[in-house]
Amino acid sequence: MTMLSRVANNIYWMARYLERAENTARLINVNTHLLLDLPKRLVLGWEPIIDITDSRTLFYTLYDQADERSVVKFMASDTKNPDSILSTLGAARENARTVRDIIPREAWEQVNQLYLTAKNNAASVITHRHRFDNLRTIMLGSQTINGLLAGAMTHDEGYSFLRMGRNLERADMTTRIIDVRSATLLPEIADDRKPFDNLQWMSVLKSLTAYQMYRRETRLRIRRRDVLKFLLQEDRFPRAFHHTLREVKNCLDDLPHNEQPLKTLAQLQRKLMRAKPEELKQEKLHDFIDELQLGLTKINESIGKTYFWPN
Amino acid sequence: MAIRWGSYRVKGLYDELLRGSGRPRPAAQLLCDYLRSLSDQDIEEYKAAAESAIHVMGITFTVYSEEEGSIDRAWPFDIIPRVIEKNEWLNIEAGLKQRVKALNLFIDDIYHDQRIVKDNIFPATLLKNSKNFRPQCAGINPPLGIWAHICGSDLVRDRDGIVYVLEDNLRVPSGVSYMMENRQVMKRVFPEMFDRYNILPVDDYPSQLYDTLAALSPRPGDQPEIVVLTPGIYNSAYFEHAYLAQQMGAELVEGSDLVVSKDDEVFMRTIEGLTRVDVIYRRIDDLFLDPEAFNPESLLGVPGLMRAWKAGKVALANAPGAGVADDKVVYAYVPEIIKYYLGEEALLPNVPTYKCIDKNDREYVIQNIHNMVVKPANESGGYGMLIGPHASKAEQKKFVRLIRRDPRNYVAQPMLMLSTAPTMVGTRAEPRHLDLRPFILSGQQTFVTTGGLTRVALREGSIVVNSSQGGGSKDTWIVDMEGQS
Repeated sequence: MTMLSRVANNIYWMARYLERAENTARLINVNTHLLLDLPKRLVLGWEPIIDITDSRTLFYTLYDQADERSVVKFMASDTKNPDSILSTLGAARENARTVRDIIPREAWEQVNQLYLTAKNNAASVITHRHRFDNLRTIMLGSQTINGLLAGAMTHDEGYSFLRMGRNLERADMTTRIIDVRSATLLPEIADDRKPFDNLQWMSVLKSLTAYQMYRRETRLRIRRRDVLKFLLQEDRFPRAFHHTLREVKNCLDDLPHNEQPLKTLAQLQRKLMRAKPEELKQEKLHDFIDELQLGLTKINESIGKTYFWPN
Repeated sequence: MAIRWGSYRVKGLYDELLRGSGRPRPAAQLLCDYLRSLSDQDIEEYKAAAESAIHVMGITFTVYSEEEGSIDRAWPFDIIPRVIEKNEWLNIEAGLKQRVKALNLFIDDIYHDQRIVKDNIFPATLLKNSKNFRPQCAGINPPLGIWAHICGSDLVRDRDGIVYVLEDNLRVPSGVSYMMENRQVMKRVFPEMFDRYNILPVDDYPSQLYDTLAALSPRPGDQPEIVVLTPGIYNSAYFEHAYLAQQMGAELVEGSDLVVSKDDEVFMRTIEGLTRVDVIYRRIDDLFLDPEAFNPESLLGVPGLMRAWKAGKVALANAPGAGVADDKVVYAYVPEIIKYYLGEEALLPNVPTYKCIDKNDREYVIQNIHNMVVKPANESGGYGMLIGPHASKAEQKKFVRLIRRDPRNYVAQPMLMLSTAPTMVGTRAEPRHLDLRPFILSGQQTFVTTGGLTRVALREGSIVVNSSQGGGSKDTWIVDMEGQS
């Protein structure tokens, strides 16, 4: 059975929005924990979270200062922020609604339920007490949907678009987190802060659920160079940039008319694997991440041109 | 002990489950006994379970209002089912088949020789002024000669216990998905009742619909490409469009997904390029189907679709123009239509209907407006109606003016006392008025849903059952009592 361009587009975005909601939930969660561990004189605060999602301008038109309450509200439940958890789940649900006939019924029910839950819990995410439980509900809910789709949806073209959306969103978030976190971290390195530097790189890993897997893989203490290498070039870790691109490639291999998107993808892969991120100093790292982001944009456009709006 | 049938008042009404004395009808005995055994807490739990099932399943309908835009509302559902005994149902089913068969012959005749007009059974003036007559359809021969493949007829039971046909919906009738979802909810909430009763299943509809549509394909032999054409997610019945597409394994398309080629073939835009479409189950009104043929402003339709249909390159269900028989003025003639084409008496009676175009009928309606239900010929969803006994003097006067200005557009019926069924109000059961919409599929065979969608007016005394106007629904059980006492 063939697939409508509009439907492919909606499935792709449903997956992207779901993944974005999950990533945002994880980001808030990890930052909450990190701040509890850091000494108060290291005022890292909540502003980096706004920068990761590139929404500084919007934030300051809505709020006066980047205190915990404001940022968490902005990121979790503010419907004026299109990237808040609630907004992205709402968008995922609207997309899911238009492809209700394609995705398994249980998956639609779960997407719908997750949105309704997030809406009901919107107020309680802001306070510390229920935050963890509520964010965990979002993360597990998203994982449940992924599981339902993996286990109950035919792995056809629609599923390929779903996986591509999810993986490109993951790639995007991984690069954003590396970019912003390393920028706020590095200038502050002084010997007496080493243990905290370590903590902060740990939080980068944890934001990407990569901490445990990193330890298994490298069996070393946490170092900037190893973390970067792991998050960018590791082949087998699902949130590593290299892995997400390979997933996208596998999906494209199953789709018709894939020449152009595959070519764009291969260019980015080559750029990624040629680089030695562990040797990149901060400025260079930032430029490199910019290039990766640009590469993602190009892939996104190429997929759009080929499948969603041909001609 | 929440439900006491002894205090359930059906004063002067016909109740579907109980007789005047508060004694259950035979087919409802088990159900009523069971309901009586429930505590307040049980009832609250069952209601909550049903509500949560509806929420989680995302069963919604969309209401559009000027102020608030479009809102997705949870489907209002009552946990007490409506029960109909199988033998009674079989008679109704036969009546519906007869009716739809005659209506299809009528439509085909209207777009060809118009014998029924020439034989002076059906007035030519009515046809000339009909809003749903499409001159563009004259002379066209749709597959099997069938125009209304999917029909939803509204049935009501009056105080006398007789079931009448209130109207036939031959354009884009909706509600069948709610019929199936209501059953799903009921099975989640009351599984034990399904052990005790022999309740006939309702879930065969999507495969019957698929077969009906597949038989229309202009390319027989191949596996036909069937699509459901929806106006989009803001349509009140979008839920149903998506549901039916999913259940049939058909593609759900919007107008912009389709394109008609120079040689009148219809294609959909897919990730592999253009794919030929054979059958379109369209859920868009005639006038929005094709901006080339009808409303040039329509963004919902597909330019060239009528060309493709006329050329026989694509099948449309229902066929454009089928609505000519769904007009409330045509309704008044259905008994004559049945007799004319089939040589039979109608098995299911019409509600007595006064045609305002007829001078005597009109004067009678105007004299008795306070007792009449007045309906415009071409509105659906309960809009633009007058319910005389409930209306103010000013509203009654307004309708007298409307009737005088455009008599052809109005029919009137005596106020029926719609039958009731026990409906949960808090933890009490109170009588509420209801109707029934079965769906009839016409193709190589005729198929009638087992029961249909029961709609119930949730406000006390109200007889307006439309979900857009505060109505709810119930599961409808056709029960086989043979072997049970």
